[in-house]
Amino acid sequence: MKVKELVEKLGLQVFAGHQGLEKEITGGYCADLLSDVMGNSQQGMVWITLQSHKNVIAVASLKELSAVILVNGVKPNADAAEQADAEGIPILGTSARAFEMAGKLWHLLTT
Amino acid sequence: MNQYKADLHIHTLLSPCGDLEMSPRNIISAAKQRGLHILGITDHNSTFQAPLVKELGQEAGLFVLCGAEVTTREEIHCLAFFEDDHTLQLFQEYIEDHIPHIPNVPEKFGYQVVVDREETILQHYPWLLINGLDQSLEEVAAKVHSLQGIFIPAHVSRPKFSIISQLGFIPPDLDADALEISRHTTREELFEQFSYLMRWSIIQSSDAHFPEDIGLVYSLFEMEKPTFEEIKKALAGQDGRRVIPSKSLQKP
Repeated sequence: MKVKELVEKLGLQVFAGHQGLEKEITGGYCADLLSDVMGNSQQGMVWITLQSHKNVIAVASLKELSAVILVNGVKPNADAAEQADAEGIPILGTSARAFEMAGKLWHLLTT
Repeated sequence: MNQYKADLHIHTLLSPCGDLEMSPRNIISAAKQRGLHILGITDHNSTFQAPLVKELGQEAGLFVLCGAEVTTREEIHCLAFFEDDHTLQLFQEYIEDHIPHIPNVPEKFGYQVVVDREETILQHYPWLLINGLDQSLEEVAAKVHSLQGIFIPAHVSRPKFSIISQLGFIPPDLDADALEISRHTTREELFEQFSYLMRWSIIQSSDAHFPEDIGLVYSLFEMEKPTFEEIKKALAGQDGRRVIPSKSLQKP
């Protein structure tokens, strides 16, 4: 599934990184500790988090993640959005909680 | 140039995790015993207990930096210090504006008390002090510097509540006056892992929550005299002033 299909199916907001919407999604990872994401996420995953710091984009870029979903209505810090535009990594948003978003993503990717 | 032993990360009994034995009086007497010259009082998200420690420190010949250990939105612990009562008060107001109004439950988290000189309880602080403010790391740094304060991310390589655990790495453009390491590591270990951090001064502190922890590790300041301005200069490595973490001192 592509990031843009995920956006449509789950009604997500696109904050930044629009040019990355064609990326292919291979799975998901859910964590708020960036050190954990650096260690355990894998290429192509969508990362569900409430961290909005610009380091999120650096980690997503390093790990070649397909997109970041900010939950709980969190908006990206301004410098994070800028970085996401520069790197082409979509930052998506939802008012849903991480549990709910992970459940929906799981369902979409496995059924 | 003179040398001063400084432990800049000490909790009082106001921190919910701080031992009730960490009264201002006990902190000063433990610090004297350990041969420290400078203390930093850094309760979680509160500055209320620091001025009394400063007062008792003055009477005992110790220089006390008043501040707090702030928790940012990313749940990163950072030390902040202020030169005078006015800026300390302004920073306290900033904390009050941004701390979540989640009540403390002393049975679960510990007591959050402010005491006077005689150790009489003056106040139980209502909101849980260990929560994150709704302010980012960069916003807190900017606030501290707008008040001419000192901003130092705490125990940077610790596996929890540190800038590295929360953000994966330290943003190279971070506006910090120094970085702090815990008693469990050394400056050399930090630089070996992250060589780009060498541009910063490194302090080492005990993060004492119990009287016996005070001064277990410290920072050696080489400067003219114990003042806020001299400490700033030493952290910036200006005019021949500098700071050395205790575990990096040459053994005789």
